[in-house]
Amino acid sequence: MKLFRMTLMTALRALRRNKLRSALTMLGIIIGVAAVITMVSIGEGAAAAVQAEIRSLGKNLLVVVPGATTTSGVRSSSGGISTLRTSDAVAIQKECPSVTGVAYFRRKLVQVIYGDQNWSTVVQGTTPSYQRVREWPTVAGTFFTQRDLETTSTVAVLGQTVVDNLFGLGQDPIGAHIRIKHVPFRVVGVLEVKGQSSWGQDQDDVILIPFSTAERRVLGTEFLGIVDSIYVSAASADDVQRATGEITSLLHRRHRIRPGRNDDFTVKNLNEIARASQGASRVMTMLLLAVASISLLVGGIGIMNILLVSVTERTREIGIRMAVGAKNFHILYQFLVEAVTLSMVGGLAGAVLGISGARAVAYFAAWPTLLSAPAVLGSFLFSGVVGVFFGFYPARKAARLDPIAALRYE
Amino acid sequence: MVEPLIAIRELSKVYPMGEAEVHALRGVSLEIGAGEFVAVMGASGSGKSTLMNILGCLDRPTSGTYRLRGIDVASLSPDERATIRNREVGFVFQNFNLLSRTSAIENVELPLVYGDLPQREQRRRAQEALAAVGLGGREDHHPNQLSGGQQQRVAIARALVNRPSLLLADEPTGNLDTPTSMEILDIFESLNHEHAITVVLVTHEESIARFARRVIVFRDGQIVSDDANAPGHAGRSPSIRLLRGGAQ
Repeated sequence: MKLFRMTLMTALRALRRNKLRSALTMLGIIIGVAAVITMVSIGEGAAAAVQAEIRSLGKNLLVVVPGATTTSGVRSSSGGISTLRTSDAVAIQKECPSVTGVAYFRRKLVQVIYGDQNWSTVVQGTTPSYQRVREWPTVAGTFFTQRDLETTSTVAVLGQTVVDNLFGLGQDPIGAHIRIKHVPFRVVGVLEVKGQSSWGQDQDDVILIPFSTAERRVLGTEFLGIVDSIYVSAASADDVQRATGEITSLLHRRHRIRPGRNDDFTVKNLNEIARASQGASRVMTMLLLAVASISLLVGGIGIMNILLVSVTERTREIGIRMAVGAKNFHILYQFLVEAVTLSMVGGLAGAVLGISGARAVAYFAAWPTLLSAPAVLGSFLFSGVVGVFFGFYPARKAARLDPIAALRYE
Repeated sequence: MVEPLIAIRELSKVYPMGEAEVHALRGVSLEIGAGEFVAVMGASGSGKSTLMNILGCLDRPTSGTYRLRGIDVASLSPDERATIRNREVGFVFQNFNLLSRTSAIENVELPLVYGDLPQREQRRRAQEALAAVGLGGREDHHPNQLSGGQQQRVAIARALVNRPSLLLADEPTGNLDTPTSMEILDIFESLNHEHAITVVLVTHEESIARFARRVIVFRDGQIVSDDANAPGHAGRSPSIRLLRGGAQ
């Protein structure tokens, strides 16, 4: 311990003696560590944002959409009539044991009017179960009920964007009547803000009305019983996989799709999408890390270079130390401590710079960043490892000097 | 029979010099007892510095044996020789060999850093050694703030701080003027006289060698004379008290 303190003091003194040189030597490490920390926090921030968006759709959610996403042969275009029907949704609810909730909807962009204000928004006819499947609470009023669906009530639940545009900011729309395609609807609830979806769509720019009412009064009756897509929730993450299988085989049966033919529907597993995006961001982070590590490596070579110079400059000092009884180990230790001090002071400065960098990116570029403690700690410790690794050769060179030759060195 | 402090037998040292070989020492045998004050003289290249390096365990002989306190030094590992340099031998060089940019007290402490004394004791001993060579109060001066004589005193304090039994001085006054040289030699003499430290001193000046009680003359790597009854030097009362509580 005493030896370490003395050695550290000697190292610090040696580094202080050549302030500019030490600072320049550290620069590689500083940039490397700062780059690792900034890059990882940007990567993690982006990943966390994507995860949050996917979670905002609903937990353990499956989406059944018409048409197939596999590309082979001729398929009906996405603009064609949906192949999914309300009866499919009802059957899924009834016959698939892994499914806990089913909601279906049809949507259309229409103009809505309140007083002298108008706003074009998506009107979505759906079922009361939609709220639970998408885990979307109301902040004012209530969601419409099963009874509203059965009696084709003209009630509406508004997204916050619609409220802001029709009623003005901070207004309470509950009980007011809005007109959708000239049909008056009573506003019964306001949905909690969900924000933008990962593809940039404002999820709050929506009006939810009972599916039956939508079919009869808003969307037109020519496609009765057709739905745009079906949201299915499974009890747990494990059930999602099972539910996918159950729904697929049920719809095969119901749509009479023979084996080997293209499905006229796709079951999308949001957990899988989440996992895929997680994997993608991990690959991204790894790439950034690799680039940053190269900077650390270059920094390490800089340390080695400067230490070799230092060993030459201080040959006489090494000789004197040997003459008064320093063992090879002591000399080795001294230069290693110097290398590690260089690299770890650099690492510390890099960590400070990296953390500020991440903050700056979040502040100026408004990118989500997430400071990762393992990245900060890991890159700092790695800078120490770089010091040991690249300091070892010069240190050993110093330790192996012949005392007499070192003493005579001019 | 009491083993002498230093016993060398048929010591030779050969340096390869390109194609040729330089025989720095050619079969030197020598014994130096504890408490002796020996001057080694000779022209440059006569092998006296090589002998000093071997005596100080900085170098190893090509052949022959060197026993220090009965230990065959040539057979020791580099680390074991480092320990001997640290504990048994104090070195004083012609060019002082102090660490520049390092204070006097830290220079003196240097050998202790590689020992195992507690830090407080290190500082106390270093202060003691500096005071013993008359540099008390100059602990924080750096070598470039000290005169040549003062620098050499720091070097002597460093050599003494671990209380060695053998003090080796390689032309310690070579860079000093005559009055300063006499002061330095006073220190050596009193160390030898009062603390029974064995002193081996390389010089090529008769006036310096007069301080020793035994003068060995080298030529071409061999001893040409070994006068144990050299004029010696008495009557000069040691002026400096060294190592209070002192080395034995």
